Amino acid sequence: MTLKQLSIFLENKPGRLGHPCKALAAAGINILTLCLADTEQFGILRVIVRDWEKAKAVLEQAGCVVNVSEVLAIEIPDHPGGMESILAILEPNAINIEYMYAFTLKRGSNAVMIVRVDKPDQAAKALQKNGLALLDASAFFTLA
Amino acid sequence: MPSIWKHLKQAGGFPHKANPMNTVPIHPDSYADFLTPDELHRVQLYRLQTAVQNSYDKVPLTRDRMKERGLKPEHIKTLADVAHLPFMQKTDLRDTYPYGLFARPMSDIVRLHASSGTTGKPIVVGYTRDDMAVWTSVMTRTLCAAGLNQMDVIQNAFGYGLFTGGLGAHYGAEALGATVIPISGGNTERQIMVMQDFGVTAIFSTPSYFLHLIEAIEATGTGFKGLKLKVGVFGAEPWTDAMRSHIQDRAGIKAYDIYGLSEIIGPGVATECCQQSGLHVFEDHFLMEIVNPETDQVLPDGEEGELVLTTLSKQAIPMIRYRTHDITSIITEPCPCGRTLRRIKRISHRSDDMIIIRGVNVFPSQIEAALLKVEKSLPHYQIVLSRSGGLDQIEVQVEVTGEMFRDRVSALEQLQKKMSQAIEHVVGLRANVRLVEPQTIARSQGKAKRVIDKRMEGSTL
Repeated sequence: MTLKQLSIFLENKPGRLGHPCKALAAAGINILTLCLADTEQFGILRVIVRDWEKAKAVLEQAGCVVNVSEVLAIEIPDHPGGMESILAILEPNAINIEYMYAFTLKRGSNAVMIVRVDKPDQAAKALQKNGLALLDASAFFTLA
Repeated sequence: MPSIWKHLKQAGGFPHKANPMNTVPIHPDSYADFLTPDELHRVQLYRLQTAVQNSYDKVPLTRDRMKERGLKPEHIKTLADVAHLPFMQKTDLRDTYPYGLFARPMSDIVRLHASSGTTGKPIVVGYTRDDMAVWTSVMTRTLCAAGLNQMDVIQNAFGYGLFTGGLGAHYGAEALGATVIPISGGNTERQIMVMQDFGVTAIFSTPSYFLHLIEAIEATGTGFKGLKLKVGVFGAEPWTDAMRSHIQDRAGIKAYDIYGLSEIIGPGVATECCQQSGLHVFEDHFLMEIVNPETDQVLPDGEEGELVLTTLSKQAIPMIRYRTHDITSIITEPCPCGRTLRRIKRISHRSDDMIIIRGVNVFPSQIEAALLKVEKSLPHYQIVLSRSGGLDQIEVQVEVTGEMFRDRVSALEQLQKKMSQAIEHVVGLRANVRLVEPQTIARSQGKAKRVIDKRMEGSTL
């Protein structure tokens, strides 16, 4: 129940973000959602695309360093306390959230969060047991 | 020795004009700076023959290499015969770590010093009591040449410890009769306080540290006003005439360049005099040759090449034809200061890839070894040296590879930290490691340029 996410190493310099984005655009690959983590010296661009294998090949061809990781796409009730309800499930299971970012589209009355945790399988089980929906790739991409 | 006095008289007395005490007679050790060529050559030949015999008898490496060439100590009949002898290299010290080149038993060794090495192991040098006396004497002569005498109060900001700079300068200054403040390097606030309160007239440090001190002193408001500082003796790293002008203008002092290396003795191999035009080599203790670094052929005076030194009086580790990798040339014209010791030009660059950072010798291969300890395969890297606030900064740029790239910021920061620590462990200096994107470090003919030295760029520094 996980999604493949591509992470790309960037130097924290003007113009660096454009390079992988251009490569993806030239190959006709649409970025469904993305997030940018940054430090003073470098950044990590995280993207979710339909065909991650093709995107990885395109990016590597363009000279990028790419890392593939598994993330969860969790449907969260879009109302106050919605986020908290997920944390209440993960915390007792000693699952650490490394980072998360929101998906730009809504699914009904729910929002979709992309969450990277240290134990994805365990987290997926715990979330599903508590009635939260996880989107797999096909469900996610029909939405996008 | 009447000839010495004759030379001194010709030179119009010894200490430089900036020194208010220029009526003080020179230190007796400096007499040897004024020998006639004949006198000098006699001393040199006798000492060379003794040194070669000593090394041949006591150091297997020298004996084996001489035997390979069918050479015996008695083949050294003239000074020019030194050219028949095999060279020694830094690697010889490393390969025989720690005591393999010692020609005296440990009971005769009264001091050890060590400098950085490429594999984490330093190069170890030892001194007998007589070696210490020679070292002290050449440092005394060095300070004398900078116009210092027993009236001076000297702030010795060279690092004390395994580095030869601090203690070498200390002993020379004490023997001169000056007042020595063994403050060592660092702690800028305390340096300034001592300089102000103790009536310091001379300072020893690396030129880059003094540049840093200048900025700090200027920031105090009173600046150099009220300070008694007249002379700076700078060494242990390369610097330029532009830096000298900057230092002299800003601090209102005379700045002298000194030269030395641990493998030969430490500081005290060569020094500038009041003329500030080339460095007099203490030829009565160190025989110099200039060789073509490619062909190993000895070059005539005046031609630029690699400085090769033979220790003439060192007992603990006689170094025969040591390749310094420092590029210079011999100045043939006599020096107006009256010293008959020949001069070499200020060291401009090296024939190998060694860099000197804050007085520490660093080879790119050491950085490589450190990076290899962290990552199994060697990433593309580049060492960028710059100067900020007068202090040398090292940045090691490392191209990120697929193997080392992780999706988490903390993992990458951890990686930078691990690389930085590994480098500090090997070379003893803190380096800022910066991860860069693949293919961003310029390559020429497929090979990356390992060192970018921006320290002498731009400003007058």
